[in-house]
Amino acid sequence: MVVIIQFILLFSRQGKLRLQKWYTSQTEKSKKKITRELVATVLARKPKMSSFLEWKDLKIVYKRYASLYFCCAIEQDDNELLTLETIHRYVELLDKYFGSVCELDIIFNFEKAYFIFDEFILGGEIQETSKKSVLKAINDQDVIQEEELEEKRSVLEDLGLA
Amino acid sequence: MRGDAMRGLAVFISDIRNCKSREAELRRINKELTNIRQRFRADKTLDGYQKKKYVCKLLFIFLLGHDIDFGYMEAVNLLSSNKYTEKQIGYLFISVIMNSSTEMKQLIIQNIRNDIQSRNPIFINLALQCVANIGDKEMATAFTQEIPRLLISGDTIDPVKQSAALCLLRLHRTSPESLQLNTEWTARIIHLLNDQHLGVATAAVSLIDALVKRNPDEYKGCVNLAVSRLSRIVTSSYTDFQDYTYYFVPAPWLCVKLLRLLQNYPPPDDASVRSRLNECLDTILNKAQEPLKSKKVQHSNARNAVLFEAINLIIHMDCESKLLVRACNQLGQFLLNRETNLRYLALESMCLLATSEFSHDAVKKHQETVINALKSERDVSVRQRAVDLLYAMCDRSNAEDIVQEMLTYLETADYTIREEMVLKIAILSEKYAIDYKWYLDIMLKLIRIAGDFVSEEVWYRVIQVVVNRTDVQSYAAKIAFEALQAPACHENMIKVAGYILGEYGNLIALDPRSIPMIQFDLIHSKYHLCSTTTRSLLLSTYMKFINLFPEIKQYVQDILRHDSNYRSSDVEIQQRATEYLRLSEICSATVLATVLEIMPPYPEKQSPLLVRLKQKKPLTEAETSSEPFAATTANPEDGPKLAESTIHLNQPVQQQQNGLLLSFDTLESNNSFNDATSYSLPSISSPAPTSSTLQSAKKLLFKNSDIIFENDLLQIGIKVEVAKHILGVEFYYGNKTNSNLTNIANTIKVTGDLESDIRFNIEPIKTGIDPKAQIKQSGTIECLKEFQELPIINLSFYYGNVLQKVDFLFPLYVNKFIERAEMDSNSFFLRWRNLDKPGQECQKIFPAKYPMMHDDCRQKLEGFGWSNLTGIDVNADNFCGAGILHTASQQIGCLYRLEPNKQAKMYRLTVRASKDGVANRLVELLDDEF
Repeated sequence: MVVIIQFILLFSRQGKLRLQKWYTSQTEKSKKKITRELVATVLARKPKMSSFLEWKDLKIVYKRYASLYFCCAIEQDDNELLTLETIHRYVELLDKYFGSVCELDIIFNFEKAYFIFDEFILGGEIQETSKKSVLKAINDQDVIQEEELEEKRSVLEDLGLA
Repeated sequence: MRGDAMRGLAVFISDIRNCKSREAELRRINKELTNIRQRFRADKTLDGYQKKKYVCKLLFIFLLGHDIDFGYMEAVNLLSSNKYTEKQIGYLFISVIMNSSTEMKQLIIQNIRNDIQSRNPIFINLALQCVANIGDKEMATAFTQEIPRLLISGDTIDPVKQSAALCLLRLHRTSPESLQLNTEWTARIIHLLNDQHLGVATAAVSLIDALVKRNPDEYKGCVNLAVSRLSRIVTSSYTDFQDYTYYFVPAPWLCVKLLRLLQNYPPPDDASVRSRLNECLDTILNKAQEPLKSKKVQHSNARNAVLFEAINLIIHMDCESKLLVRACNQLGQFLLNRETNLRYLALESMCLLATSEFSHDAVKKHQETVINALKSERDVSVRQRAVDLLYAMCDRSNAEDIVQEMLTYLETADYTIREEMVLKIAILSEKYAIDYKWYLDIMLKLIRIAGDFVSEEVWYRVIQVVVNRTDVQSYAAKIAFEALQAPACHENMIKVAGYILGEYGNLIALDPRSIPMIQFDLIHSKYHLCSTTTRSLLLSTYMKFINLFPEIKQYVQDILRHDSNYRSSDVEIQQRATEYLRLSEICSATVLATVLEIMPPYPEKQSPLLVRLKQKKPLTEAETSSEPFAATTANPEDGPKLAESTIHLNQPVQQQQNGLLLSFDTLESNNSFNDATSYSLPSISSPAPTSSTLQSAKKLLFKNSDIIFENDLLQIGIKVEVAKHILGVEFYYGNKTNSNLTNIANTIKVTGDLESDIRFNIEPIKTGIDPKAQIKQSGTIECLKEFQELPIINLSFYYGNVLQKVDFLFPLYVNKFIERAEMDSNSFFLRWRNLDKPGQECQKIFPAKYPMMHDDCRQKLEGFGWSNLTGIDVNADNFCGAGILHTASQQIGCLYRLEPNKQAKMYRLTVRASKDGVANRLVELLDDEF
């Protein structure tokens, strides 16, 4: 099955996986194996090296932003530079949404990071490149969330006891 | 962003982060899991919000790397909530955790269906996103109607269209057979390329690209739309696209997708579309030369992403030589760029350019830079690209340098790429060897440097080459012997050397340094260090020695008799030792000589090395390893093929239309010559038998007269007569039409080396031909130097006021200047033996293309120009002969031997010539003619 982006992984400099998005069917076991191998490979690379590497029959495009590595697997003949900018655009989206994003934002709001993904990339393909459109979609979701929260706010929940 | 949506989740995450140890974390997680399990089990009154929160916690735990085996039902329940955020978490859980599980599949599909039909766009989108992420066969079947309708319906809002397009794409990819798209929708889907909303167009191109791959004809209409959309983008200013401009580059994602879409089709047929596309590509190349609009890397990346995709398209179309060369120059600049990424990509793209005949030479200009990259790049993936490119750009002219550089690099190369490099070096050094001694030197060096990475195929191939080439066998024996003298020998070296000495050790046995006993001792000194496979091979070598050197028979027998062999625990060794010993004891010398005769030549087929290389790199190498061959060999052979195809294309009318102008190639034509009318070409008296039925792929190769061009209007015949290095030539132009051909003009174009190699002296052509009439143009052609290329004839004339232009290759091959030479067997062999320097000989084994008739071969060889000497070769089936190739400055002696092997349906042709390279050229002319 041909997919433009096969999977995307976000992990920290310590090798902790922060986010994963798989666009091909994989067993949990093979996902873990791939992640382990790839994290080790990418972390071992030196700063001046190219952002691309061949890995099995795929090409890995990665870039480090502060403490986080963003890592995309694409087909051999896909466009590497554009994939690099796809990563960058996603980082920009996170940055704009969280306001100067940091690793903690992604840990505590992992579901938001996924929702942003789905507005930007769908099934491994870019669906919307406009920053404004994506952020508007996410902000609309937040408005709905706020409304729904107003309706049902539990006291216990507020105290963090639930 | 808004405040915390789920306070409890945030608290849990903080707890986990505060855990001081892995055990503490595990305890906290288990506590939470127990808690959630209880809640789910006990509390039937759990509200949607709480369900959502717990499902989200499970998701978090799962993402930490723990297995989650409950909560699925609660997650699916969330899908039917009417609260958006609850639904959203339900879908997220399904997408992340349940993507391949079949449990509750029907329930999930039902929920998705409800949402798709809900008319609430935000619900529809959630459902579509889920399908786009995890869609499978069942979903493809379930939504085969609904989703396409959403895509093309006029009232669907844009974000839903985008999701629907990518949803369909997912379903199409997972299960193309389940997703039946109505053909009435085709046009409407294609027209999404023109959608005002760039986001819709961006999503739609991906879908169309996939549909095109399945059914290119049905979606052919997309080419025009894609070209015009692309053209609108690349010619606009970046300010025109607002938020779709990325760092001053207008819509890079859409551009790249469009450029990829176009790579599914050949260059557009329609001239206007094609020129519009070429303009686009030109514009993109021009923009690459403009100063950067921003110092940010995002700007240059996006610009170059489009540029590289454009170059891919240019390479794919492979027809615009100007664009190809421009692309190559652009990439050449990138090779020197500071950015490692650009250097990497430039090397990668150049690999493809090297396979195009239009840009192969342009790529070769960068050889120095690429070799430097191999030496100085700090990143192994970049060096790997440099290796690939060197391999792709290699041809006869630079093979020696490239192979040497690769060998040098191999010594320090990363282990991961050594085996592949070994294969590449082996392939190149064989393919481009002018001198097979050089090839053998390289191969033995290869085994010495990287013995562990030499796969079986590689050393098998060395043996095959040596067995098939009698001229290198004694050299092979010599260097194999020398290689074994090294104190430490790689086992692969022992195998190769052992095999070669077993076959050809006798060729060096007269040298006192390598008399039989020394050879034997040397090999046997390695025997005990070897694996059983190698030992088995060496036992065969020993046995062959008994035949080659009867004087050491006794020593060999002692070894065979030795317990470690005769009673070896390895069954193969034991069997060989026993059988060989017995054979040596009971057989007479003659029987032994027959049994142990040297190996016959191997049939030539595709090199096993290429097969191996393809296995190593299934995706990329399949292309790059086979295509450079086509590209580099194309030049000499393309000529006649091209000329032929033009003739065939225009042929059909000729026979019926008038019986007056007939081809030389058919029997009837000979008859019609006899009662020649003024229109027909003059009958030709050729020194060789008219050989009119001989089949040949090359015009004029075996004959002194031929039709060299023909279409509906015109037939051009030629007749030549040789006198040393000067060829008398007569062209006959026959008008096949019932009207006048006027303003005839012709030129013979010689380019490159050819300019200094041949000189034409042809009288001007008459300017007109009457209907059904014929004119003659005569002249001489002088051969100054043995030439390679074919001249091109450009002819133009008017037929009924319409200018007609024809260009075709003039099938003037160098053999026309060969004069036959007769000699007796003594002088033949004397000359043959004298021509033993590298470059003087060329041998090729090739399959028979035509029925193997002795008489046909004879006629062809005589027609070729040289003599056919009988009584020279002991085997009457073989052919030998000689000729002198005349050029203005020298006379080149040429000898040949052609050996048919009827059983194998193969020929072996050996040509020796007194001047370097000539033998090669003559073999090239003949190797597909028998």
